[in-house]
Amino acid sequence: VTPPYVLTVNGAEHHVTDAWLGENLLYVLRERLGLPGSKSGCEQGECGSCSVIVDGTLKCACLVLAASAVGSEITTVEGLQPSRGEFTEVQEAFIVEGAVQCGFCTPGLIVAIHDVLSRNPAPTDLELREAISGNLCRCTGYGRILAAAQAAAGAMARDREG
Amino acid sequence: VTVWLPTSIDEAVSALADPDAQVLAGGTDFLVEVNAGHRRPEVVVGLGRIRELQEWQRLGGWVRLGAAVTYTQMLQPDLAGLLPALAHAARTVGSPPIRNAGTIGGNLGTASPAGDTLPVLAALDAVVEVAGPEGVRDVVVEDFVTGPKRNALSPGELVTAVRLPVLRGPQEYRKVGVRNAMVIAVASLALAVDIEGRTVRCALGSVGPVPLRARAAESWLAERVDWERPAVTDAAAFGQFAALVAQVARPIDDHRSTADYRRHAVRVLAERAAARAFEPGATA
Repeated sequence: VTPPYVLTVNGAEHHVTDAWLGENLLYVLRERLGLPGSKSGCEQGECGSCSVIVDGTLKCACLVLAASAVGSEITTVEGLQPSRGEFTEVQEAFIVEGAVQCGFCTPGLIVAIHDVLSRNPAPTDLELREAISGNLCRCTGYGRILAAAQAAAGAMARDREG
Repeated sequence: VTVWLPTSIDEAVSALADPDAQVLAGGTDFLVEVNAGHRRPEVVVGLGRIRELQEWQRLGGWVRLGAAVTYTQMLQPDLAGLLPALAHAARTVGSPPIRNAGTIGGNLGTASPAGDTLPVLAALDAVVEVAGPEGVRDVVVEDFVTGPKRNALSPGELVTAVRLPVLRGPQEYRKVGVRNAMVIAVASLALAVDIEGRTVRCALGSVGPVPLRARAAESWLAERVDWERPAVTDAAAFGQFAALVAQVARPIDDHRSTADYRRHAVRVLAERAAARAFEPGATA
């Protein structure tokens, strides 16, 4: 891989120019591609604020060497909703349930909850807790986040039936 | 910086001929060091495109795991059923996104004393397959991990696979840390019962520079097993076994814990793991 290289993010090809090849994916998304939805918290995989989907798999963007993601399909929090201003069931549930306080962890949690619900549409409380065990929230105590995840699971089930 | 993304082991070995080349597996250790400025890679050989490293096969009485098999793969029921202690250990690693990224080859490459799969590999006498400019070679895991964050890889070599025996009998992996998720082991222990071979295997993590086998404790307990059932009828045996296990520990004080607590914790883990392995019904 040599610069400039191409990353496929939210279905669109992005040319990454003038980059140091040691940059992590989170830095490239935020600072080079203008996608600041993924947050930079710990830069060591502890906080989950930078959660993204790479080839269908939940990853911490800060632990992905951006240049190694050439050819991969990357989905960020910006790519989950059908269009700007429209919310997914998970995002809607976060608003309704009051699962957002300072909001810093929210994008990572939204991505992680989308990931678990895509594989397990009706998770138990314990399964949800494990699914978000890599996402730190220092405001909410997680109760409203878990309630939002269950509300989103219910809304998605109704969408499928109806 | 140059980044190579080889698609075969041969290509990876060729790229690693560069003396500046560093292997990138799941990135959960490598990128932490890069992000903190502790590692300034010049040449990176990423293994993520080498399909054969991501697969596992059953070969008779063995399972062969490609080096890039992730913790999440170890948790899948088909593999977890063959290697239950490895699945227990994988479940304790990080969080779902970390388990999606981290690999068994990476755990060996980093060779941290706290590496969660390493006590399991030691207890099962795993064999590490290594490829390099001189060809391929097998290294038993106890010879592979040579010290804290040191391993037996020569320049230009990489881990390509790990072979583990499929044993009939209960297996346990237990770990002490400050919470369930996102925790680096303060003390850990793997225990496997081999009903066919009539042996007990036990190895410790985070209480020494390398994973430690508790061989004297293993044979002491194996002599007290009624292998026809199998069962241990003397309830006091597990406590004595645990005391023998703890004698093997060579813990240190560090920012995560003290040597005294680690020696205590590993003894408790040993007693619980043995009691659980031999509880009525566990060996059915």
